Amino acid sequence: MRGEHPWVPGTSPGTTSNMLGRLLALALFLLLSSGSPALAAEAPGDTLSLVRSRGYLLCGVSEGLAGFSSPDDAGNWQGLDADFCRALAAAVFGDAAKVRYTPLSGKVRFTALQTGEIDVLSRNTTFTLSRDAGLHLEFPATTYYDGQGFMVKKAAGVAHAAELSGASICVNQGTTTEQNVADYFRSHRMKYELVTFASSEETLAAYVAGRCDAYSTDLSGIYAQRLKLPDASQHVTLPEMISKEPLGPAVREGDDQWAGIVRWTHYAMLNAEELGITKANVDAMKDADNPEIRRLLGTEGDLGTALGLSPDWAYQIIRQLGNYGEIYARDLGDQSPLKIPRGMNALWRDGGLQYAPPVR
Amino acid sequence: MTRRRLTELAIQLALLFGVAALVFWLAQNVAVNLKARNLASGFGFLDKTAGFQISQSLIAYSERSSYGRALLVGLLNTLLVSGVGVVFASLIGFAIGIARRAENALLAGLAAIYVETLRNIPLLLQLFFWYFAVLRPLPGPQEAIDLFGLGYLSNRGLQLCAGSCPVLGRFNFEGGIAIRPEFLALVVALSTYTAAFIAEIVRAGLAAVPRGQREAAEALGLSPRQTLWLVILPQALRVIIPPLAGQYLNLLKNSSLAVAIAFPDLVSVFAGTALSQSGQAIEIVAITMAIYLGLSLVTATAMNLYNRHITRGER
Amino acid sequence: MERLRNILFPNRLNGAITIAILALVLSAAPGVLRFLVLDAVFTGGVEACRAADGACWPFIGAKLGQFIYGYYPDDERWRVDLVFLLGVAGLAGLMIPRVPKKRLIAIIMASAYPILALWLLAAVPTKLWGGLLVTLIVSAAGTAGAFPLGILLALGRRSALPVIRYVSIAFIELWRGVPLVTVLFMASVMLPLFLPEGVTFDLLLRCIIGVTLFAGANMAEIIRGGLQAIPRGQYEAASALGLGYWQSMGLVILPQALRLVIPGLVGSIIALFKDTTLVLIVGLADFLGVIQRNLNDPAWSAPGTAATAYVFAALIFWLFCFGLSRYAKSLEREERR
Repeated sequence: MRGEHPWVPGTSPGTTSNMLGRLLALALFLLLSSGSPALAAEAPGDTLSLVRSRGYLLCGVSEGLAGFSSPDDAGNWQGLDADFCRALAAAVFGDAAKVRYTPLSGKVRFTALQTGEIDVLSRNTTFTLSRDAGLHLEFPATTYYDGQGFMVKKAAGVAHAAELSGASICVNQGTTTEQNVADYFRSHRMKYELVTFASSEETLAAYVAGRCDAYSTDLSGIYAQRLKLPDASQHVTLPEMISKEPLGPAVREGDDQWAGIVRWTHYAMLNAEELGITKANVDAMKDADNPEIRRLLGTEGDLGTALGLSPDWAYQIIRQLGNYGEIYARDLGDQSPLKIPRGMNALWRDGGLQYAPPVR
Repeated sequence: MTRRRLTELAIQLALLFGVAALVFWLAQNVAVNLKARNLASGFGFLDKTAGFQISQSLIAYSERSSYGRALLVGLLNTLLVSGVGVVFASLIGFAIGIARRAENALLAGLAAIYVETLRNIPLLLQLFFWYFAVLRPLPGPQEAIDLFGLGYLSNRGLQLCAGSCPVLGRFNFEGGIAIRPEFLALVVALSTYTAAFIAEIVRAGLAAVPRGQREAAEALGLSPRQTLWLVILPQALRVIIPPLAGQYLNLLKNSSLAVAIAFPDLVSVFAGTALSQSGQAIEIVAITMAIYLGLSLVTATAMNLYNRHITRGER
Repeated sequence: MERLRNILFPNRLNGAITIAILALVLSAAPGVLRFLVLDAVFTGGVEACRAADGACWPFIGAKLGQFIYGYYPDDERWRVDLVFLLGVAGLAGLMIPRVPKKRLIAIIMASAYPILALWLLAAVPTKLWGGLLVTLIVSAAGTAGAFPLGILLALGRRSALPVIRYVSIAFIELWRGVPLVTVLFMASVMLPLFLPEGVTFDLLLRCIIGVTLFAGANMAEIIRGGLQAIPRGQYEAASALGLGYWQSMGLVILPQALRLVIPGLVGSIIALFKDTTLVLIVGLADFLGVIQRNLNDPAWSAPGTAATAYVFAALIFWLFCFGLSRYAKSLEREERR
């Protein structure tokens, strides 16, 4: 006989287990049979429609790297990566302001892209095999060709990277930087101590405080970090470039349309520079004689529709942001504090690597 | 069947149905999201090459090792930090707990200050203090503090003599045993913090021993030290051990704060670096949580066995 | 004088201990004093700090706004101040024994206040919130969520119905057995995968959920201890009076059980307050997080900056936590009377 009040401590339920068991089994069976078809495969996401319906672009950027993505005093994001997202928004919406920036640490940047928290990762990310194939990401364009280097204190008296045997190197955790340092030191049979940190601020602070002897990251990053140093003349950048770092935006694999839009946003800016179209003269250029210019700016032809965009997609990019050369000069070049020479990022006809397929 | 029994059954069925439906809905979302993102699933990634370095490892590891091996390295580091931390925390904690009941008012007061200060400051803050405010500003290897035969202390860590003493190379010390500042800071922070809690447990345990015991021991002619070791402590231990085991478990879980100062423990290596490199968030977080749960269960079971053993003798 | 000697030097051993302690204190105290006061810099900028050897108090002064409000815009800070003042008033009303109508205050604080606070604060997007504001919000929201969750789980764990009991046990042991860091990782990284496509959660909300689950499980264990301590007679008497399960629990059992474990619950709240610092690991800028970010800013790097900032943060945390524990002790004393 069961206790009167089942919740009084000390009494226990009687043997209803048979009945209970059967009822439970029935319930589970009904549940499973009603739900099973739902786990079918779904088509890959259609990012363009998602972005359009949301009304703005979600752009993943760094937590603050001068020249690429860093907030100014008013909280507006500046830099090459930030401007790329603006160009993308201009192409999709016709309005470069329809972007929301999400600063991401190195640790979560890929997960944020994979889980759909952002639409595009514009965070000075290197295009590598393992990321392309292993993480199921796509790198539609290389907006900046870079390489990795070292920075040491002048007082250490080091002139070349080969002299760094036995040194402690500060790097950012989970980046190609870590792997490149490992590769370099292994191939030169040098011992080293790797000291990794989660954010680039921590890494730089550790180097400045003397926790390690050298600081390693992409050379563009070294340029940017030097601006933050209390006394940049006490630090010297070593001449060696120990790796190839093609930096560019990343998107999820399986969405060819979106990847194409990202790719051709970059190529539009390159083609504009090649054809001499600038922010100032783009309105006048709409009526130019050159058929290439007319196709690019949408005066002729229907290329925007093939991408899924409006015909004036490239016109909007150049009118609101400028061509690649203008953006580069503003963010990284002689109009910025960094003053990085075009180098590898010059146009192909000027001896650089930036080459865009024709718009036809 | 009475109405009450039917109601109970209905409630249980509803709960079961609710839980199952929730799990099902979550699983469905996960499946859809994974397919849409083209993410792999399954535990096969554990055999793939990790591709990243781990700065401190008890076993051989290189960037050509697998994710599974990286997991092992992280786990061993966690166990190492926790083990060393437990030892020091117990030593300090017992000392302070006993000191709190000392006759000397100054000693008791100092112990009380220790406990009340460290218990009310977050562990992460204490960890940052030791790492960034104590160890980071130490001089570089060129001006290392000479520990007279024991080794050298610098901002690169503690270099201990082991057989032969470490020798200063161009940049760092070579030879001997190197203990990096990340490890040092973590062990010191964990030990001192947990010791404050252990001290309180020890104090309560000692207070639980009836005063008559001490008086009887004195009457029997035992010295104060003999009284403490032979009469008081064994009885106090019975009260101390269960919460003490809880504190050890807390120390193990708190060691996961290593991720904040980039010491390569289980969370930092596996749920940090490996997760961002491989993208397999669900499997990795599940494995990490399962490991901690397993360790908790082991401790809880050991504690239950000990309790049963201890209370077996009681009437 | 005689009494002092008897306290400090009752016998040779204790005398030696006293001398040793005094020696230790006297050798350490000047160094601490020198760092915090004598060699410290109180006015000026970073150059003054770099030139000196001691604490860099101007750093605290310059960044205090950020430490408290995060990146909340200056002209909107009145919202935070208002919410804080109302919260303090409400809490004071609940905590000071002499204030009447506690039930009314509790109901207002539990229902109207959070809505008002959220409405006032939401004028500024949450990614600008930071500092002490975030710490207090996560603590308050976490406590508000963990408390009812803890009660439900504790009751569930003691339920006679096996399904409820085992589900409660599994739930409690899951969140108690894993570190809070992994719960926060799970909440911040995995939650988007668990939700339908396109639905995203604010990071602040994700952290609050993680903290609530974790603290709720811990509170459940404490409350269960209280429930266990209530004599069976109470349960039987309540049911003999004709009260149903929920009525007995709400009117008879829980009030007694909760009163028994108030020290444990306050201890749990203190632990929650300390644990909020972990959210900086997943990128939410709480009080300690904002301090860390500013310490990494090379514009203020000087030898004493880090220690100054941590001592300041430790002081603030210590005041909160020690104050809460003193309040718990005073409640305990009142109970026993």
